[in-house]
Amino acid sequence: MESVLTAILTVGAIGMLAGLILGVTAKIFYVHVDPRIGQVSDILPGANCGGCGYAGCTDLAAAIVQGNAPANACKAASDELAQEIAAMLGISVDTQERQVAQIFCQGDAAAAERKFTYMGIQDCRAAQEVSGGDKACRYGCLGLGTCVRACFFGAMHMGPNGLPVVNTELCTGCGSCAQICPRHIPKLIPVSQKAATFCSSHDVGRAVKDVCTVGCLGDGLCKKVCPEKAVTIEKFLAVVDPAKCTGCGLCFEKCIPRIIQAVVLTRDSKKKAA
Amino acid sequence: MQDYLLMIVAAMFINNIVLIRFMGNCPVVGVTSSYESALGMGAAVVFVATMAGTTCWIIQKTILEVLEIEYLQTLVFILVIAALVQFVEILMQKVAPPLYRALGIFLPLITTNCMVFGVSVLNIKEEHSFMQTLVFSLASAVGFALVLLFMAGLRERMDATGRVPQLLRGVPITLITAGMMGLSFAGLLGMV
Repeated sequence: MESVLTAILTVGAIGMLAGLILGVTAKIFYVHVDPRIGQVSDILPGANCGGCGYAGCTDLAAAIVQGNAPANACKAASDELAQEIAAMLGISVDTQERQVAQIFCQGDAAAAERKFTYMGIQDCRAAQEVSGGDKACRYGCLGLGTCVRACFFGAMHMGPNGLPVVNTELCTGCGSCAQICPRHIPKLIPVSQKAATFCSSHDVGRAVKDVCTVGCLGDGLCKKVCPEKAVTIEKFLAVVDPAKCTGCGLCFEKCIPRIIQAVVLTRDSKKKAA
Repeated sequence: MQDYLLMIVAAMFINNIVLIRFMGNCPVVGVTSSYESALGMGAAVVFVATMAGTTCWIIQKTILEVLEIEYLQTLVFILVIAALVQFVEILMQKVAPPLYRALGIFLPLITTNCMVFGVSVLNIKEEHSFMQTLVFSLASAVGFALVLLFMAGLRERMDATGRVPQLLRGVPITLITAGMMGLSFAGLLGMV
């Protein structure tokens, strides 16, 4: 009987003591954690994609509450969510236009030359390390789908021609694909942008022609024809300024390799037709 | 001195807590998908296992053995480890916020990690002195952290290759890898 009593009393005493110590330390070392941080992180998508530049959704929530980040800093959250966060914290939100990723290369298996047959690790980052990739164009898509695997939202898949395809309905514009691509082929553009040059090559026209039938030659015909001066040539690559472009389509006709095109946001086969 | 050196090598490699004694397998599968999280978990375990090992040893010697209730070891150790982890977490949040942020979610996870408990019990079972307890706990935990890092490195490579068959992706291939690592570590058995 005595031994049972000893056991109960000892364990009880240890438990009580531990509880007491914890209670006292919690009081002494009390850290004020803003309850709003929890509420904000509940609203955020919780994918921890890191598109905002913070370590995760909770980290961003803390930054928003402390005023270090705007309410719409989460690239994956819809505008409604940003409004909800702003309303809860009583701050205003400058609505920023939604961005989506687009693939800035059209050099599929038929159009672009290959230097050699790559049989290594099926990952663009690995392929890039082997003599700078198997593609003859050093700016073009390697087509091993690293961006597709990096997408947190299932918004990408590999198209039939060996180029990734973005489903803009699902794309949240977090930029994970743009970041992981060794050649930065997926780029974020505003959802309202009407035309873009779907090529990333900064090589001179002749070098481009040698390796790809659908590369930007940098000849500037599109620049000359544009009435809005929306096209500029940056290192042999035409760049469309979304703020100036009206989508008139004059440049589409002038472009010899048909690289400068209308951005059709539910792209796929439709865009090829355009 | 040489005894301690032998003990460190034995606890880290030859009787590795994960691969030979099969304790704390959950984090080996759970938090090894990226190198950073493995490092965080490893650091947290080293810290907590050393603290818990020594604290449990003191409790055993000063309370359980004096009152002759050693059979309550399991219950009391779990209680002590849980309280200790909570205590460290509260303390760390106040005193060392950067460390708290780095270890973050891993601290509460360790509360119920059987590797921490296992080290505490092994210390008693093998009749270690206090210094031996300290060294053994630390070395075992470092061995554990090493396996986590090895595994995370291997898994990152496997993920990057994308050549693992769909069927085996994720946990299955991790378990197979753990088995192979266990086999290779078993080659060291009997050295000390």
